Amino acid sequence: ATPDPLITEVQDWASGLGQGVDEVPYGLPIEFESDVIRRNVEWLTADTISSINFTPIHALDGTITPQGCAFERHHSGAIELKKEDYRLMINGLVDRPLVFTYADLERFPRENHVYFCECAANTGMEWAGAQLNGAQFTHGMIHNMEYTGVPLRSLLNEAGLSGETAGKWVYVEGADASSNGRSIPLEKALDDVLVAFKANGEALRKEHGYPVRLVVPGWEGNMWIKWLRRIEVLDQPVESREETSKYTDTLADGTSRKWTWVMDAKSVITSPSPQMPITHGPGPLVVTGMAWTGHGRITRVDVSRDGGKSWETARLSQEGGNKALVRFYLDTDWDGGEMLLQARAMDETGYVQPTKSQLRDVRGENSIYHNNCIQTWHVKSNGVAENVEVS
Amino acid sequence: EQAGLAEPADVPQAGAAASAPEAPVMKMAAAQGLTDSRLGLGRPALEAEIAAWDVDILPDGTGLPEGSGDVWTGEEVFAEQCAACHGDFAEGVGNWPTLAGGWDTLDRKDPVKTVGSYWPYLSTVWDYVHRSMPFGAAQTLSDDEVYAITAYILYSNDIVDEDFTLSHENFLEVEMPNAAGFIVDDRAEAEYAQWRAEPCMENCKDSVEITMRATVLDVTPDQAGAAEDPPAVEKATVEETEAVEEAEAVVPAALDAELVAAGERVFRKCKSCHQVGEGAKNRTGPALNGIVGHPAGAIDGFSYSKALKQAGEDGLIWTEEDLKAFLAKPRDYLQGTKMSFSGLRKEADQAAVVEYLKSFAEE
Repeated sequence: ATPDPLITEVQDWASGLGQGVDEVPYGLPIEFESDVIRRNVEWLTADTISSINFTPIHALDGTITPQGCAFERHHSGAIELKKEDYRLMINGLVDRPLVFTYADLERFPRENHVYFCECAANTGMEWAGAQLNGAQFTHGMIHNMEYTGVPLRSLLNEAGLSGETAGKWVYVEGADASSNGRSIPLEKALDDVLVAFKANGEALRKEHGYPVRLVVPGWEGNMWIKWLRRIEVLDQPVESREETSKYTDTLADGTSRKWTWVMDAKSVITSPSPQMPITHGPGPLVVTGMAWTGHGRITRVDVSRDGGKSWETARLSQEGGNKALVRFYLDTDWDGGEMLLQARAMDETGYVQPTKSQLRDVRGENSIYHNNCIQTWHVKSNGVAENVEVS
Repeated sequence: EQAGLAEPADVPQAGAAASAPEAPVMKMAAAQGLTDSRLGLGRPALEAEIAAWDVDILPDGTGLPEGSGDVWTGEEVFAEQCAACHGDFAEGVGNWPTLAGGWDTLDRKDPVKTVGSYWPYLSTVWDYVHRSMPFGAAQTLSDDEVYAITAYILYSNDIVDEDFTLSHENFLEVEMPNAAGFIVDDRAEAEYAQWRAEPCMENCKDSVEITMRATVLDVTPDQAGAAEDPPAVEKATVEETEAVEEAEAVVPAALDAELVAAGERVFRKCKSCHQVGEGAKNRTGPALNGIVGHPAGAIDGFSYSKALKQAGEDGLIWTEEDLKAFLAKPRDYLQGTKMSFSGLRKEADQAAVVEYLKSFAEE
C-alpha cells in the first residue's frame, strides 16, 4: 500500500496557524458543513413568507436540534420584536386581566424541558404516494430543543382562575400579522404548557418566535404560538382559521376530524436515506434514526431490512424522554445487498406506529396532516437510497 | 410592595392597583397545580388595551362589532384588496388560497377546500379577514369593509344572493354548507384501540414489492452542494462573488447605502408578490431586477394588465419619479393596474424602496 500523504507529509494546518479568537464572535458551522441547512420545497406554497422549510435531519445526530437549522414555519413572516417592546396580556375569564413585560416573565420560577415540535403537516406530502426523495423533505418539519420558560399555569394563577376548569379554553395568539390564534383546552394549559424564552440555552431565534413563544408538548406545532402576545380564557373555542379551515383532517367520506392535537408515535431512519447514501462497501454499518411520541415516552424502535417481513429491535441511545425525541441505532453488518429499510416506533401507551396502508384504511388519502406512517427507504447495492412504498 | 419594581420607567403603569396585593380568590383545586399564592407580577390590563387586542369573533357572534356591508361594495373592495392573490372571483391565483367553489369535492381525491365547501363557521371568515388580511397590510380594513368582503365571499360561493347585505344583526342567520362536516378527534376509538398490540417480528408478510418510487415523480428540490464535495460549494461562493461584482459595475455608484437598507425593510410589504435579487422570478407580480429605468409593462414572461402594457407601449419608462408616484397609490396613478397594493403613503418610504430597487441590476 502507498503511504497516505495526509500522514507522511506535513500539512499546512500542522505547521502554520489557525484562526484567532474573536474572528467570528458568534460561531458558525465550518464551511465544510455548508450543505447542512434548512431547505424549502418551492412548489408547496405561494411564496416564502407564508411557508415552511425543513430541518436537515438526515445530517444531524444525537437528539438536540441546533436552532440555526431547526425548521421554520411562518404564516406572515418572521417578525422582529424587541424584548423592550414585548407585552403579554392575559384576559377573559380571569379575576385580574394582566399585562406582563418580558422582565416580569423572568421573575417567575423557571423550568427546563426538552420537547419535540412537529408540524402537523410533516410527511403530509406522502399521503397519496412516495413523493419527496429525502428524509429532510419527508420528515424534516420537526425539531427538538431544550426550552427554558415559565409554566403557563403560573401566569394563569397570577391572573386568577375561578370556578370550573372543565369546558374552558385558552385562546393563544401571536403578535405577528397572522396572529395564528389557536384554542387549547384549559386542562392542557394547566398541565405542561410552557411560556418559553430560551431554547438550547440561548434566546429564541427570530424565526422561532423571539422573544417569547408557547411550547405545547406533544401537540402539533401550529399551536406553539410564536411572538406570543395574548392568552384569553374562554368558555368555548374560537374556531379560528387555523383550527377549522386548516389543521383539520378530511377522511375518505368527506367528513373531517377537528381538534386532532396530539402527534402520534413516529420514527424515521435518517441514515442511510436518499440524501445519505452508504459510501462504504459491505461490512459494519450504522443505521440510525429518531423517534418521538406526543403521548409520552418512546419505549422501543424496531428496524426492518426487508420491507417489514422481519424486524429486529434497535438500540435507544438513551431512555426516551417525555414528549422528546429519542435517537436509535442499529449497529449491523451490511452484506452489500439491497435493503428495504423501515423503522417502527412504540410508545409507553403500547401504541405501535402504523403502516401507510393501515392509515389509509382508516383515513383515506386526503388527510394532509398527522401522517405518522412507517417510511421505507430502498437501499441499492451501490449504497444509493430512494423513497419508496412497498406492498 | 414588590410588583413593578423592575418595570422600566417608560412602561405605562395603571396606578397603584398594579402593585396592591389583593386577597387571594383562587377556588380551583390544588390538583390542577393552582395555588392561592401570587407573586404580584404584571399590571392590570386597561380596558382600552384589552379592546385593542381582544378582537376575536366567536362562532356565536360574540365580539362582532356593529356594522354592515353589501355584496357589491364587497366586490369592489375585494378587487382592490384581495384579488391579486385570490382572483377576481375568489378562485385563487397560483398557489394562493381558492376561496370559492369546490362543492362536493370533499370525498374525492384532492378536495378543494374553500369557504363555501369547507369552512364551518362564518365567524372564522370575519375574524381572519379582519385580523390578518390583506396579506402584508393586516388590520387596515374598516369593520364595514370586512362585512362587505365577507358578503362578497359568501356571494361568490352562492351562499347568498347578489342583493345581500351582511350585518351584525343577520350574521348568525347565514348557514355554512359544511357546518355539519366535522367530528371531534376520534383516533382513540378508531385507531389506538387496534394499533396498541404486540407487533409482529418474524414472517410478517409473504412477499414485499415496491409499489411506488419518489424518483418517478421527481419533485424533490435541487440541493446545490448537497452530497457533493466541499470544493463545489467553494466554487459556488466564488461565482456568487463575481455576480455581485458584475452587478455593482452596472449600478451607478451613487447609491445611498442607508436608504437602500431602509428600502429593504419597506420592501417587505412588496415581497408577498415581488421577488428581487439573484434568481428572482415572476410571481404574483413581476421580478423587479433592473426595474428602475426599465420600460413599463415589459418584464419578460409576466402577464401584465392591459393598462400597464399599453402604458409601456406608449413609452412609459419607470424613472425614479414615475415609480415613486406609482408606489404612492398604484390605482390612482394607473387605472386598471392589477397591482392591488394600497400604496406607500410616506414619501420617505417611496424613495427608500426605489433606492433599494436601484441596487438590483437586470440579470
